[in-house]
Amino acid sequence: MAATTIATVRKSSVIPGFGLALGVTVTYLGLIVLIPLAGLFWRSASGGLDEFIRISTDPRTLAALRLSFTTSFVAALVNLVFGMILAWILVRYEFPGRRLIDAVIDLPFALPTAVAGIALTTLYAPNGWIGAWLAPLGIRIAYSQAGIIIALIFIGLPFVVRSVQPVLEDLNREVEEVAATLGANRRQTVRRVVMPALWPALLTGFALAFARAVGEYGSVIFIAGNSPYKTEIAPLLIVIKLEEFSYSGATTIAVLMLVASFLILLAINLVQAWSRRRYGDV
Amino acid sequence: MNAITPIDKGASVALGAPIDVTIENVQKAFGDTPALHGVSLDVKAGELVALLGPSGSGKTTLLRILAGLDAPTAGRVLFGGDDALGLSVQDRNVGFVFQHYALFRHMTVFDNIAFGLTVRPRGERPPKAEIRKRVLHLLDLVQLSGLDKRYPSQLSGGQRQRVALARALAIEPRVLLLDEPFGALDAQVRKDLRRWLREIHDQTGHTTFFVTHDQEEALELADRVVVMSKGRIEQVGTPDEIYDAPASPFVFEFIGESSFLPVTVVDGAVQLDGQPLDLAALGAPSGTATLGFRPHDVSIVPDGGPAITGTIVTERRHGGARRLELEVGPDKHRVEIDMAVDHTRLPGGQVAFRPHRWRVFPR
Repeated sequence: MAATTIATVRKSSVIPGFGLALGVTVTYLGLIVLIPLAGLFWRSASGGLDEFIRISTDPRTLAALRLSFTTSFVAALVNLVFGMILAWILVRYEFPGRRLIDAVIDLPFALPTAVAGIALTTLYAPNGWIGAWLAPLGIRIAYSQAGIIIALIFIGLPFVVRSVQPVLEDLNREVEEVAATLGANRRQTVRRVVMPALWPALLTGFALAFARAVGEYGSVIFIAGNSPYKTEIAPLLIVIKLEEFSYSGATTIAVLMLVASFLILLAINLVQAWSRRRYGDV
Repeated sequence: MNAITPIDKGASVALGAPIDVTIENVQKAFGDTPALHGVSLDVKAGELVALLGPSGSGKTTLLRILAGLDAPTAGRVLFGGDDALGLSVQDRNVGFVFQHYALFRHMTVFDNIAFGLTVRPRGERPPKAEIRKRVLHLLDLVQLSGLDKRYPSQLSGGQRQRVALARALAIEPRVLLLDEPFGALDAQVRKDLRRWLREIHDQTGHTTFFVTHDQEEALELADRVVVMSKGRIEQVGTPDEIYDAPASPFVFEFIGESSFLPVTVVDGAVQLDGQPLDLAALGAPSGTATLGFRPHDVSIVPDGGPAITGTIVTERRHGGARRLELEVGPDKHRVEIDMAVDHTRLPGGQVAFRPHRWRVFPR
């Protein structure tokens, strides 16, 4: 009797239910993420090592992977810069229509990506509203790598804005004012005081936009033109392999993408952990 | 871009040497809301001045105008006789300390303090070794030697505020401006820092303004206290003058504890409900007036003589005394008086007393 009382007392904590929460977390992650990914690895191994090496060194595979990662990287970089500017404007200025713009930023989240792809293609095709202006200048957006980048910028736009916005709102104006009283001009204040505080959030936004772009399929295939070796992204190549019933081919490319994405995100996370350690409770 | 910034602004004033500050009829309005209605103040070089007032009195606005963080709607500010309003925040060379420290949390304590020196244009920037020497000296001054490699998140509140002060002192400011510097700290730390700030001021001798709403802090720390209310200066004086000779009921009530009674002045003497109290009107003209006194400045009148008589409403322990709350006269005005601790009178009983120090304010 006494023993059970003590046991219950010892078990109860301020935040109860840890065991249950952990169980749910592990089961959920297992069902949704880990088991499908394990199946992916299993399937890609089923073709044997030779098959794996053959597909992963195929020039078409390599071209698709290179294209996917470089366009995603460039798009995430563009989003980093303009997302930062957008967040800055939304937080720092009061102007009519601010709430509207704030709402518009989330549209790429909500819009079916195929719709975005078709809309962008219509605009940027050589006979489209914007494409028609660029065509005489010899600039081609649709059906080129630039088109892919534009689609990826579109779908990645909300990430940087939404990660930076709350941090910027939290950033104390007094810190900037004190920098000014100490003699720092605006450029020095932004470079040495504001940006360091924003870096972790910027990196998060960059990582999210990048990860989203690497996996994007729907919007890109409409605008890319999809010619092998030139504008064929890796997710599309996976679909092509599937349509050819080459399951080991599809899973091999998938595994390569997975590993590369994981390494890149891991690197970004390490940078973040390092900056968080330095900056304290940011 | 940096290098062509004129470097000789204020060169006639030796950097770091204490200067006079003159504030002439400074006004400030935020939109239609006036925050300062024509404030004038002369502060001598090396003085430590407290701007004291409740929130909304305009004290912080005045401080920010001195720093150049806000611009006044009208008026002049002179630093050592030269116009200061024409100078940008950067060129004004003031040290500013915020209530919540505003430290750069991604920089070490060392880099925080060195910041003002490292952002100087190349021509004016001291060499690295010189910066290092100066920062370490300042760390010593604020008694934080050895903590130069820490980050602000690793310091206590009191330590952070000392870093903020060292950072402000590093640029050898002409004027030091402190906005509620101890407001975010707990009582004991606040007392220590108060004493310590006074010592620092005596060593460095900057002309210093500090904003506070804590009258005890203002009286203990400042050479002169500026009491502000609703965008106006109510009174300027030494702590003794402010405490002993408050110029208005507002100052009387804001500084220390106080009780007020509506009275009439007849022929230079104070009357309560038509009864003479044997208190001089201290120059107040005949007519209605307000009698003010402090709870501890009263004596009990045994029986008979002219006195204020009240009914005890509550009594409670108050430090070394027993404090009674009384209702006086037909209008039941509430006043507070202190009595000896061993005094035993129960609520409902009557007490007759007379203040031995008092002020009379015409109404």
